[in-house]
Amino acid sequence: MTKTTVIIGGGVAGMTAASRLANLGDKVILLEREEEIGGHLRNWDRLFPNRRPGYEVLDDLRTNLSNQVDIRCNQTVASITSQPSGFHMELESGEILDCDVLLLATGFDLFDARKKEEYGYGIYNNVITSADLEMMFRSGQPITTSQGEVPSRVGFVHCVGSRDEKVGNLYCSKVCCVTGVKQAIEIKEQFPDSKIFGFYMDLRMYDRHFEEMYYEAQQKWDINFLRGRVSECAENQDQTIILKIEDTLTSRPLRMTVDLLVLLVGFVPKPETLRLANLLGIKIGEDRFLESLDEHTRFNHTIKPGIFVAGTAKGPLTISKTIADAGEAALQIHNYLKTIK
Amino acid sequence: MIDFGYTVHKERLIDYDKNDKRVLEHLKQHEPSVLTCIACGSCTATCSAGQFVDFNIRLVQTLLRRGEIEPLKKEMQKCMLCGKCILVCPRGVNMRNMILAIQTAIDKLK
Repeated sequence: MTKTTVIIGGGVAGMTAASRLANLGDKVILLEREEEIGGHLRNWDRLFPNRRPGYEVLDDLRTNLSNQVDIRCNQTVASITSQPSGFHMELESGEILDCDVLLLATGFDLFDARKKEEYGYGIYNNVITSADLEMMFRSGQPITTSQGEVPSRVGFVHCVGSRDEKVGNLYCSKVCCVTGVKQAIEIKEQFPDSKIFGFYMDLRMYDRHFEEMYYEAQQKWDINFLRGRVSECAENQDQTIILKIEDTLTSRPLRMTVDLLVLLVGFVPKPETLRLANLLGIKIGEDRFLESLDEHTRFNHTIKPGIFVAGTAKGPLTISKTIADAGEAALQIHNYLKTIK
Repeated sequence: MIDFGYTVHKERLIDYDKNDKRVLEHLKQHEPSVLTCIACGSCTATCSAGQFVDFNIRLVQTLLRRGEIEPLKKEMQKCMLCGKCILVCPRGVNMRNMILAIQTAIDKLK
């Protein structure tokens, strides 16, 4: 009998694993909660480090999905149980699915910036998130302040919701540093006379081409990086934002006004992932992301045979790393399928 | 007069909006390599003057960026222009020329 793999989550990881498995001749059902597959990538205008349009990658992932993949959108898992051979799940639509292998590719949520109330997101009109800015870029309209003016000074706050025990997230979200640098360059490109500031604790330019991008931001675009964590913001009468920070390079407090403040929001685990993990009895780490069997050598396996994980449900990853991770998951699943009766 | 022990403290806050960025603008034209500083401190660690006096050449660059002209003037006077900092800088900042260009800008603004 043909063995079936159900992939929960139709983002970058889910799409990649589905296409790989289908190419290997395995039967795959891809479940997506939203009305369309693509995940967060659907909302991202351009990608670091080369600023290529996000839709190019999305199109590529879509093209690779053969007709063999059974894609089902608007589907949420209501309940799921482990059986002696495989898994039995009920969807909220009432549909029943039985499968041999489960791949959790549920992804991440963006940190809710309102939780850092001291930055004023949702209170001051000129405080936005990196995701909001990306949507503005995507709209094709020029970037403006809430008053419809060209921003002459723009600040980027790094590590919003990351490396912050106070909001319960000790981990680094990995992609915000480089996103901040990318978006700073994009604003400067639009408004060469604007002054752009990045407020950082340290810049983690760890991957290929990232450090070069940081260098370009400084050298070519005159983007000013100021070391310190923004402590609080307030709104002036003209709706500009005044912020307080320690300039840790001079060890003195610093105050400045910006027209637009962009909060670089990090990754948080999805409540849905935690719910599924609890239903299935697989491990959750202290950071609330999914734990794999072995983080070096069995990073797509879980403690339960037949349940695999891929992508950002395990923690922050770039798109390239997510694709690599999901490709490996597909290979591991394919090998596992050969071992079961 | 009775001395109540009160004094007026000098403001420690860097008020970026009010600070004078004209020296920085001059530097962007004449020694743009200062823009690429990553504040690693290699320059300060190797500095000949810094071994003996309270001098931090990394701070000169930072004060310049913040428009803190008065402390900048005071700090840069301690440089002996030996150029060792240039040898160790990972970003290729020409600090000797930075000091000279700052002096030129300050003289021009007088």
